[in-house]
Amino acid sequence: MKNVDLVIIGGGPAGLAAAVAARKSGVQDILILERDSELGGILNQCIHNGFGLHTFKEELTGPEYATRFVTQVRELGIEYKLNTMVLDLAADKTVTAMNKTDGLFQLHPKAVILAMGCRERPRGALNIPGYRPAGIFTAGTAQRLVNMEGCLPGRRVVILGSGDIGLIMARRMTLEGAKVLCVAELMPYSGGLKRNIVQCLDDFGIPLKLSHTVVDIQGKERVTGITLARVENGKPVPGTEEHYDCDTLLLSCGLLPENELSRAAGVALNPVTGGPAVNESLETNLPGVFAAGNVLHVHDLVDYVSEEAAAAGEHAAAYIAGGGAAAGRTLPVRCENGVRYTVPTTIRPDCAGDTVTLRFRVGGVYKNKKIAVYRGTDCIYSRKRPVLAPGEMETVRLKAELLRGPGDAVTVTLEEG
Amino acid sequence: MYDIIIIGAGVSGCACARELSQYDAKILVVEKEEDVCCGTSKANSAIVHAGYDAAHGSLMAKLNVEGSRRMPALAKELDFAYDRCGSLVVCLSNEDRPALQKLYENGIANGVEGLRIIERDELVGMEPNISDAAVAALWAPTGGIVCPFGLTFALAENAAKNGVQFRFDTKVTGLHPLDGGGTGWAVETDHGTLETRCIVNAAGVYADTLHNMADAAHPMTITARRGDYFLLDHTAGQHVRHTVFQLPGKYGKGVLVTPTVHGNLLVGPTAIDVDDKEATATTAAGLDEVREKSGLAVKDIPLRQTITSFAGLRAHEVRHDFFIGEIAPGFVDCAAIESPGLSSAPAIGAMVADIVRGSLHLHNKPDFDPTRRGILDPKALDLAARAELIRQNPAYGQIICRCESVTEGEIIDAIRRTPGARSLDGVKRRTRAGMGRCQAGFCSPRVMEILARELGVPQSEITKSGGASKIIVGTNKDSL
Amino acid sequence: MEKRELICIGCPMGCPLTVTLDGGAVVTVQGNTCPRGDAYARREVTAPTRIVTTTVRVTGGILPAVSCKTRSDIPKEKIFDVVRALKSVVVPAPVHIGQVLLPDAAGTGVDVVATKDVAEV
Repeated sequence: MKNVDLVIIGGGPAGLAAAVAARKSGVQDILILERDSELGGILNQCIHNGFGLHTFKEELTGPEYATRFVTQVRELGIEYKLNTMVLDLAADKTVTAMNKTDGLFQLHPKAVILAMGCRERPRGALNIPGYRPAGIFTAGTAQRLVNMEGCLPGRRVVILGSGDIGLIMARRMTLEGAKVLCVAELMPYSGGLKRNIVQCLDDFGIPLKLSHTVVDIQGKERVTGITLARVENGKPVPGTEEHYDCDTLLLSCGLLPENELSRAAGVALNPVTGGPAVNESLETNLPGVFAAGNVLHVHDLVDYVSEEAAAAGEHAAAYIAGGGAAAGRTLPVRCENGVRYTVPTTIRPDCAGDTVTLRFRVGGVYKNKKIAVYRGTDCIYSRKRPVLAPGEMETVRLKAELLRGPGDAVTVTLEEG
Repeated sequence: MYDIIIIGAGVSGCACARELSQYDAKILVVEKEEDVCCGTSKANSAIVHAGYDAAHGSLMAKLNVEGSRRMPALAKELDFAYDRCGSLVVCLSNEDRPALQKLYENGIANGVEGLRIIERDELVGMEPNISDAAVAALWAPTGGIVCPFGLTFALAENAAKNGVQFRFDTKVTGLHPLDGGGTGWAVETDHGTLETRCIVNAAGVYADTLHNMADAAHPMTITARRGDYFLLDHTAGQHVRHTVFQLPGKYGKGVLVTPTVHGNLLVGPTAIDVDDKEATATTAAGLDEVREKSGLAVKDIPLRQTITSFAGLRAHEVRHDFFIGEIAPGFVDCAAIESPGLSSAPAIGAMVADIVRGSLHLHNKPDFDPTRRGILDPKALDLAARAELIRQNPAYGQIICRCESVTEGEIIDAIRRTPGARSLDGVKRRTRAGMGRCQAGFCSPRVMEILARELGVPQSEITKSGGASKIIVGTNKDSL
Repeated sequence: MEKRELICIGCPMGCPLTVTLDGGAVVTVQGNTCPRGDAYARREVTAPTRIVTTTVRVTGGILPAVSCKTRSDIPKEKIFDVVRALKSVVVPAPVHIGQVLLPDAAGTGVDVVATKDVAEV
């Protein structure tokens, strides 16, 4: 196998954007390894519109958004391998992969970009009691079946979890002829975008039951019904049970970055995100191993994935070209007051360009707050936010010059606004 | 006319079938589910008990120790996953030491080898995550862990290789002795009547129904005793290195915590008697109980790493002993096989085969082949061998299940075997595709495709586990 | 004067909008952060529209279905008419992104186009 400078693990939105940016930054030998049978990743099954307003200034469907990047990858002559699974990533960046045509092969690239995406939290991880019949799907599995295979996984549906995939699937199942009885959400607020509640639930009269969860699943072979109950302080309230006759339960209860390869390679992970801990260049603790997209932290919008991945591609290109400039000081980034995590978790001011982009999510719903960033006791950034919610990722762009010179750690916090 | 009909294709029925397949006889296994290993055998603690627990003098004690003794050789012969990791029964209070001593003595009397009472220091050395309250433990080096699916499939496939036939989706509805002299039975099923010289009743939680058809004068009652479990991801698989039980005592009866042969961590079970013999639903109360008790003997169990919870039913009979014997001419009970039934299976099969051989005067078959090869696991090969395998069969180059790294080659092998996989669960139990942390989210559409192709049926016919458990109910817009 | 509260669906921000109406005519739109929000609010209270995204059957392709969308907004009350009109549409592979799968869907004057390529087997 011909050797390459940059291996990108994953040909979804992150991998594609990283590849395009790396090529534009001068990396010649790039190889994308994609486990599915086509490029585009999860976008291929996200056939709804709403993608690309930031990136392309127009509203696209998932497959259309993916096609824009795939076209660029082809035009730039970037190589990729489909149906190819990476079996192992070693700390020295040796990539072991296989497919039917090339068999088992190893690559020794100068840099690697992790772009494996995420997976859904399954039923087992939610500890929903009851039987284990057919008819229980994660929303993403149902989405693939309906949107790519054209087949219906159920006719009377209850959805648990009001993340965007759950909301989107409520509309998709309805438009394909299924009856969606309700969407239940454990939390007192939805985890999805407000506009999806309007256009996916309200448009079709599908009730959203906040602070509710599934407490029983009936049916020994195929689901025949489920029981919902109201939740207070995290526990179902006895006496509030409601039964629904249905043949299907869809679960949209959170996404988990897919970091088995990273972990095995020795990449340090952030326990809050489940993704690698990275510095301002989106580089992990392993020099030359970068991460972007949902493998790094779960995003709400693909446009941000593309932007982040392009940055990873540029940093990987710089690494390949320069082999690592003097790093200088490293500042830790801390979070406080409802800020759950930040990406990156460390900043090397001397390695940053003009700006440093910080992304984060909050742990609850907050109103009339101010996002503030401090260096020691000096406030270096502040922006008002009327509403902050866990379902939406926040972005802060800091002037790198404010981070240079002597000073303490960077702290991201919420304040009364 | 069959010589032997074995009712039930769980681990006991398959062990009987495999042992009997060494004789010159026409043998059929009848199973109401769509596959082998669909009842008690599929949902249990997946351990091979050393044999110190069962009351000395009981059949259970004898067959447990014997089964455990046979397991290593059988695992080699039939190529299934088994690991003699050893087990610990942890004593949490000095008040309970007499009970620990009693257990030790019972084990010695049963003939369990290598038993030893160890003190806290040694225990902590062996299990760093052991409870702070632990004062001592019974160490049983012959305790082990096994893949219950692997063991059952191995027995069934080896039986099939030696001529045993299997008939699935066939429920026995009645029995009566054949007319006109001699021994023999008519076995009525929902797919017609079968005739046989001898019946082996290995029907698990339903063994009492069959027993009572054959011998109404001495009725038997089997109660389904449910056990709820949590299965944790590989990342938690090293939390304990041995099977850890808690000695029942001052702090009540605990649950076991054990690694599995596939590197997961298993925590459970409860013991809740249920009226419905199909009631394999977990309950919130059951799962809460496991959660609460799990911390008694082992600390800091990362239950957040749970990938699935499940419940299984044990076939409990009031005498709490296995019931094996010819209760009517040509009717052999292999009943009340509750825990440690999995551990005892090799010995149960041998005992039943001996009874049937005597009853039917069977002779050895010269061409009996006691070996079977499991589904090839490419992960066990070195890189060069794996590359060569893919060159020879490219299907081994295509990963279908990401979480457990299962290739298309393994799945095809699972489907083409006899008895082979016909459903998602059938593939899962044979190959582990869908058994991992995403619980089949990614791979189920792909496995459905392969099943449909290999079985020559439309994808819409593919089920999760036979019967009415179809995955797909229609096509887009078909009802609009 | 009548006031109606809406959530803008024009982009993921989901701005809360307040529309003031006088006898069915829009007087003011408040809460929007861009012109898209103003336009959405005016439409939504008079003649609401939506983009419909769904699937159409494909024969001879590497996948049995192709994703599609109405090329532009259609009246909201026509959503199911469009979807029903697509029930009987079957396209042979290869299908190309942008290909018209159903012209003038359900009399809306809007074409339904493929949003993805589906290659032949």
